[in-house]
Amino acid sequence: MKDIIEGRVWTLGRDVDTDGIISGKYLTIIDPEELKKHVFEIALPEFAKEARPGDILVADVNFGSGSSREHAPQAMKAIGVGAVVADSFARIFFRNAINLGLPTVEARGVRAIFEQGDTARIEMRAGRITNLRTGATVTFPPLPPHLLSLLEAGGLVEKVRAELEARKASVPAAP
Amino acid sequence: MNANNGHGMTLAEKVLARSAGVDRVVPGEIIEGNVDLAMMHEQGAQTVGPFHQMGAEKVWDPERVVIAIDHWVPASTEGAAVLHRILRKFAAETNLPHFYDVGRHGICHQILAENGWVVPGDLAVGTDSHTNMLGAMGAVAAGIGPTEMAAVLALGRLWLKVPPTIQVRVQGTFGRGVTAKDLVLRILGDIKTTGATYKAVEFSGPTIEALSMPERFTICNMTTEMGAKCGMVAPDEKTYEYLAKIAKHPMHPLRQDADAQYERVIDIDVDGMPPMVACPYSPDNVRPLPDVVAEHIKVDQVFLGSCTNARIEDLREGAALMKGHQVANGVRFIVSPASTKIYDQCLKEGIIQTFTDAGAVFTNSSCSACFGGNMGILAPEEVCASSSNRNFPGRMGAKEARIYLMSPAATVAAAIRGEIADHREYL
Repeated sequence: MKDIIEGRVWTLGRDVDTDGIISGKYLTIIDPEELKKHVFEIALPEFAKEARPGDILVADVNFGSGSSREHAPQAMKAIGVGAVVADSFARIFFRNAINLGLPTVEARGVRAIFEQGDTARIEMRAGRITNLRTGATVTFPPLPPHLLSLLEAGGLVEKVRAELEARKASVPAAP
Repeated sequence: MNANNGHGMTLAEKVLARSAGVDRVVPGEIIEGNVDLAMMHEQGAQTVGPFHQMGAEKVWDPERVVIAIDHWVPASTEGAAVLHRILRKFAAETNLPHFYDVGRHGICHQILAENGWVVPGDLAVGTDSHTNMLGAMGAVAAGIGPTEMAAVLALGRLWLKVPPTIQVRVQGTFGRGVTAKDLVLRILGDIKTTGATYKAVEFSGPTIEALSMPERFTICNMTTEMGAKCGMVAPDEKTYEYLAKIAKHPMHPLRQDADAQYERVIDIDVDGMPPMVACPYSPDNVRPLPDVVAEHIKVDQVFLGSCTNARIEDLREGAALMKGHQVANGVRFIVSPASTKIYDQCLKEGIIQTFTDAGAVFTNSSCSACFGGNMGILAPEEVCASSSNRNFPGRMGAKEARIYLMSPAATVAAAIRGEIADHREYL
């Protein structure tokens, strides 16, 4: 995980739900490269075609409500989204994104300081987001250490792999 | 009362403390919870890759893992068939015996409930957001994603932030034709879809105590729509009776302390409460049914199904209303039981015949029309009256389609009338 994340902003409204991110008809798709073609088909239709790697999503309250589908953050990750920022998140989306190593920042009031196409600068450890066009900033409580360590490891897969390897190494080999 | 400084614990705090093996937890604290039951449906196919990438070789406890496919049963697309095959192969390779495959299938939450897989005091997690339903057993039951599930299968635990609890105390008696679904819609209308985000919702009071287990399932099920981590009812005689012959592992009958500390207490009196409807495009856009009826909203499709409301009690009630009536011309009425066991009961009780005589389609058990990915898909501009749990744009197909959420009885009235109607006229 980078401590400083910068990117072009896509703005979204409140209560963007998982049906709006990846609708039910695409849930049998496993390949993230295929999935990303349909991301935000309902909530932000131009995104899938026009998004560039490193772009940052800035949403209002309750982003990612609804289903447990990991397809939602997976499709964003496949498209190269640099970070997802929102006034607040729905809980399963938040966990899923962090578990996949997708930087996720909850910052009250953040949506109000951005317009579509602005550039955002996120300081993960300092807990500050700046609109580089206007200079407006919003602060947020940085992620707790165990979540930062999860992002630093690159996601939950890497973290559990390290734990299982450490466990194996501590068991003496059979004679 | 609690010996440790100050106040006691809420039900969620009690269960999470037990799961972490500690005496006490407080909201905001991060704990490592030992999982009592892990459930996967089709999304579990995405658990397999991460599980292997983690270097995991075996599942922590195969007796604590249930696989229940439900979204596309039997497989309706090649993609779904592949998901099913991945799960079957994984279950065989890792020796997971509790796979509810086609023929023994049902909606995953109903499978957990009717087979006693979640019991009081459990920490249960599932790859579906409506796992909250099992909180009606007096458990903490929450939805997680498939990568997280891979970690649970490997380690048998997961991190959780102890949520603050909202207590919802309910008193009063339901009027004729008013149900648990109307109560949960009413609460959603009050606190909205963000009203319980990250929080536990604990239901109590005389009205909740008087509810049957299926009714408690309906209420806890839709705490997901409130954003809640879990929705719970403390276990009582009804819980123990429901689980007496089916509990799959030992119960830990925990209850909230009298001096537990709540973030918020909501008091509701259901005396005089009308039936409720959630209008497009959010489950919290709730209005009294009679107000919606007055607008004469024509329906193209009616759906009586889903994990929220397709248990035998719901279908019996629906069939009793349906008897002697026909589905209105131009209306498609889809009835989908929540499990194969319920399907069999419907068969024995003549419920299937009642619905098909009326011109309804009675389908095999699955999530069916609820999620817009299998059957009962809506075209643009179409309107559906549904007993399910979500009505966001695109939920059942076209993003312009309009879904109205209501009780099972109200869906039957809509099917008969061809527009949203008050079922109390048929009682």
